[in-house]
Amino acid sequence: MKADWNTFWVKVVDATGETVYMVLVTLALSAVLGMVVGLALYATRKGGVLQNRVVFAVLNALINVVRPVPFIIAIVALSPVTRSVVGTMIGTDAAVFPMVVVATFGVARIVESNLLSVEPGVVEAARAMGASPLRIVLTVLVPEALGPLILGFTFMLVALIDFSAVAGTVGGGGVGNLAMTYGYLRFDTSVMVVAVAVLVVLVQLAQLLGNLLARKVLRR
Amino acid sequence: MIELRDVTKTFPQGKGEGGGLRAVDHVSLHVPRGSVYGIVGHSGAGKSTLLRLINHLEEPTSGSVLVGGADLGALGERGRRQVRQSIGMVFQQFNLFRSRTVLGNVAYPLKVAGASRAEARERAAEVLRFVGLDGHARRYPEQLSGGQRQRVGIARALATSPGVLLCDEATSALDPQTTHEVLALLERVNRELGITIVLITHEMDVVRSLCDRVAVMADGKVVESGGVYEVFSRPQHPTTEAFVRSALHDRPDGPALERLRARHGGRLVTVPVTGDAAGGHELSRLLREHAVDFTVAHAGVGEVQNRPLGSVTLELRGAEADIDAVVARLGGLEKAGAR
Repeated sequence: MKADWNTFWVKVVDATGETVYMVLVTLALSAVLGMVVGLALYATRKGGVLQNRVVFAVLNALINVVRPVPFIIAIVALSPVTRSVVGTMIGTDAAVFPMVVVATFGVARIVESNLLSVEPGVVEAARAMGASPLRIVLTVLVPEALGPLILGFTFMLVALIDFSAVAGTVGGGGVGNLAMTYGYLRFDTSVMVVAVAVLVVLVQLAQLLGNLLARKVLRR
Repeated sequence: MIELRDVTKTFPQGKGEGGGLRAVDHVSLHVPRGSVYGIVGHSGAGKSTLLRLINHLEEPTSGSVLVGGADLGALGERGRRQVRQSIGMVFQQFNLFRSRTVLGNVAYPLKVAGASRAEARERAAEVLRFVGLDGHARRYPEQLSGGQRQRVGIARALATSPGVLLCDEATSALDPQTTHEVLALLERVNRELGITIVLITHEMDVVRSLCDRVAVMADGKVVESGGVYEVFSRPQHPTTEAFVRSALHDRPDGPALERLRARHGGRLVTVPVTGDAAGGHELSRLLREHAVDFTVAHAGVGEVQNRPLGSVTLELRGAEADIDAVVARLGGLEKAGAR
């Protein structure tokens, strides 16, 4: 039974809404959490403003363990935790949880590496003015790295659209779920084409938005 | 104003190996209030570390640092931050905040010191007027020339009305013309605002045109210090010697000396020029008395603290015995190339 496009487009719109919801909620949560972890990583490293070998080693190891795990495996591996935190393993909210976990550590690395690219001399200047470590992080490092940070977040946003589609194939809802249940399982090429087109458009929009913002901040 | 007492800074080096790198080695210095104090030395001599010890960006391994009577070692981190607000610092690479406008850069230390937004902006505008950049307040650092950027750096360092300004090779990234402008600005900072300046540099010309006092560093130690003219006119340490030569180019050495010898048949002697008129009269009297003629073979004389300093290399012609007598009589006369 092929999709009847006179009525099926409603499902596409709903699925797109779900995907956007999953991606934006995940981005918001992982941006905040990842920022905190990334800043902690930067500040506690050797020579950092709050040098602490133990904290750094723990965070660093955690990231290195989580990051290489393929997302589809992470969803399955985290499912018991997902069930106890979200209360279910099916649907968009259940998909958001593993997405946040994985994205947080991705964002943390992006934040850390972009902060490291800020010239140490600028930090030294702020120290020489008597600024506290927290003030330096918030009013010097983050603003100085903002352009590349926005590009990093854009990269994450695009990755999240991909993640959401993967989550959709294992019961997470959204465009991925649509493509799986109607396109793949019923051999309906038209649904598959539309699903892919929607994802492409979403990715394009995300990239465009990120580039515009970054250009504004970088003034070029 | 600033007092370093037997300060040593050792950086740990690698693992296991004892010792480590001693960047600053038992240095004691006194910088009088209102002076311009130069610290010179080759790269790696420890100047940069020494400067950072003054505002405790580096903590001394031993010894104590007093700024305006406050012992920074005895203060906690919070107290030290307080003291740092009264010590301005200027950097070779300017280290301006690229995310902030010129005004934002200058206002930043004021906000750190607790000023309100309005106060900070007002004071920042005032300092920008002082450095002659009031028309550039809304621009970003990348839109400025190197000299303008350094003036922003200086304005930023002056914003909190500090008693001390530390300059870390402040002119080394600038071309000669711009260097001149920045040095003139620093002189105004000292003269008009009465701010004590400590600057480190490897350029002797900077010391010559700006400083009252100088300390020469080599291998982490201060090998010579004192009034600029005194140190430059009677260099004791090879490092000082090399710096003076690099600024004055007054004594021929190596190939230059060989060329002079080939050109001049007579005896070459180098006579210091110190602006001391009596010395010159003495020389001319001696030459006349012993019937010795002279030709100027080489000379280099510059001004240090508004007094001439340098030397003249003369070719002396006459009877050997007479020349010997002249050389013997003037202790100040030296064989060319001897130094």
